[in-house]
Amino acid sequence: MKRIVVFGATSAIAQACARIWAGRHDALFLVGRNAERLEAVAGDLKVRGAPKVEFLAHDLADLEAHERLVGRADEALGGIDVALVAHGVLGDQMLLREDISLAVESIHVNFVSAASLLSHLANLMEKRKGGTIAVISSVAGDRGRQSNYVYGAAKAGLSAFASGLRNRLQKSGVSVVTIKPGFVDTPMTAHIAKKGPLFAHPDAVGRAIVRAIDRRKDVVYVPGFWRPIMWVIRSIPERIFKRLSL
Amino acid sequence: MKNPSIESWGRFPRAEHRTLPLAWRDQARLADLEGLLLAHGMGRSYGDSCLNDGGTLLLTRGLDRFLEFDESSGVLRCEAGVTLAQILEFAVPRGFFLPVTPGTKFVTVGGAIANDVHGKNHHADGTFGRFVRRFELCTSDGKRRICSPEENEGHYRATIGGLGLTGLITWAEIQLRRVPSPFIVQESLKMRSLDDFFRINDESEKDWQYTVAWIDVLARGRKLGRGIYYRGNHAPQSPPGRRISFGEPRLRVPFDAPNFVLSGTSVRLFNFAYYNRQLRPLRRATIPYEPFFYPLDAVGNWNRIYGRRGLLQWQCVVSDPETVVRILEVVSRARQGSFLVVLKTFGALRSPGMLSFPRPGITLALDFPHLGESTLTLLDRLDALVAESGGALYPAKDARMSAEMFELSFPELPAFLPYVDPRFSSSFWRRVRRVDEGAQARTA
Repeated sequence: MKRIVVFGATSAIAQACARIWAGRHDALFLVGRNAERLEAVAGDLKVRGAPKVEFLAHDLADLEAHERLVGRADEALGGIDVALVAHGVLGDQMLLREDISLAVESIHVNFVSAASLLSHLANLMEKRKGGTIAVISSVAGDRGRQSNYVYGAAKAGLSAFASGLRNRLQKSGVSVVTIKPGFVDTPMTAHIAKKGPLFAHPDAVGRAIVRAIDRRKDVVYVPGFWRPIMWVIRSIPERIFKRLSL
Repeated sequence: MKNPSIESWGRFPRAEHRTLPLAWRDQARLADLEGLLLAHGMGRSYGDSCLNDGGTLLLTRGLDRFLEFDESSGVLRCEAGVTLAQILEFAVPRGFFLPVTPGTKFVTVGGAIANDVHGKNHHADGTFGRFVRRFELCTSDGKRRICSPEENEGHYRATIGGLGLTGLITWAEIQLRRVPSPFIVQESLKMRSLDDFFRINDESEKDWQYTVAWIDVLARGRKLGRGIYYRGNHAPQSPPGRRISFGEPRLRVPFDAPNFVLSGTSVRLFNFAYYNRQLRPLRRATIPYEPFFYPLDAVGNWNRIYGRRGLLQWQCVVSDPETVVRILEVVSRARQGSFLVVLKTFGALRSPGMLSFPRPGITLALDFPHLGESTLTLLDRLDALVAESGGALYPAKDARMSAEMFELSFPELPAFLPYVDPRFSSSFWRRVRRVDEGAQARTA
């Protein structure tokens, strides 16, 4: 039995991962914004076989609470084997362009608050000399595009932050897994009407993430076909890239 | 937002919708929504009963959480967007099985209730609705009702088989069946004629929980009704060393097939090969439940072999064998072939549902590539035979029955009407109630 804490536990991807862990009889601690929804998720995970599911509702944009939240999870589970940081907001790029405060808020949630949580988790696990931290970044962080660069920039920062942590924690036996999903068919992307073949089902994404955590991978693209796609996207010279409508 | 990508399983007719994906039960605040509403799960209804052209579809697939499971009694409470596939994946390793399952596991619990689906065990166990203990129904007046045989009994009986017209089901409690193993002991018997079907069926119904027959619809004259009869029971134990695996279908039809794929010749070849695949009069095997209940689920999107024009399904229930003979004669003469002709008898166990389709008699399901007028005319002729014998047609498989045919099929319709939510509707409903869509949209 592993002891697993999930931040952003009501997201579709986090739920898909947690269902797999529940089926393996792991103990879970869930953090999210909405108590009623956390309760629904916790109930589902108990039915699926998790011996213990506790949850705590808190807005992760509130950085001051992070240390306490990590402490509570650690206490409730009696130690943390795996932490999944999965909270985030997509936001409408057009709105973010008009209202700069929304853009700043997006960067705050997607980068600052995630980096803060990662730091608290890293300090704890470094002391204990073990554990796995998985963080959901995005293929959008691999290159800034006009349609999505605020979100992309936050995720790019997050990928770099995770890479640095991995480097630092290597000698302490702590793994850091950076997960870069492509398009996933979730409520976050529900406004995109025509779902093409690039859209993955959250269950498939969840399976890939759990596998990557089991194998203590460094950076994974889910589904895997995004790795070559993003390699191509990154390889396009900027003087050409700037003319593309991506 | 307009969403043209949603279609029914038969891909006819086409429709445009606004869509509202629901991921949480607290999002079902129906009083705040505008326009005509309809819940939509996996879209496995063949015709237009899961469509709401010009209106809003409440997409329920995100409501897919389990709420409670009692391991001793097998009672499962889950959200309405949970699919039967998800239930199987959960229940089979725990020694349970669906009480009733249709020919695909890719339907939601909400859809199974709304269509009061039936399966190969109808003669023994009745419909899915008989195993629904209670559910929550949200209506457009903002009310949430718990419906059961004891509480809100009218809404309970109207919603089972109610085609989604009574409101939105958010969760349901169903009774699962404890089974000794997830394997099925299957016997397949060759039938040389329709007489063989009735003889074998009479012999089988007492001792076999699951029965169904496949008919070679192109066989004529003395061979009319030839085919293969399948019967099965849960195996008393799993064969040693064999396991059940779960997962997505491995095969998919990647694109719409061109029209010639379903030509008369290919259908004839398929039927000939399928009938002659089995040489012995009786074959017995212990097989996993998947190929027994869901042979077509192995190929994702199999409906695409019918191409862009789609397919028309047609399923009736009639009380007399003579009408079955007449229908098969008309179909075999028309030479509009069909891969999937299924014949089965329904039992006498009554469903609580007012608009439940199954009733004692013989049910026959056919599918046709949609060739336009000629197919529609053929189906009208079949309807007339059903009407003459006092039978019924199945709305979940229909895209074209007349209002008269619908009324003839469902004598409890007057009792059902008061439970229709004024803000819920479907393309099917407006068609069979002859509602002027413009007028209804304006008043809504």
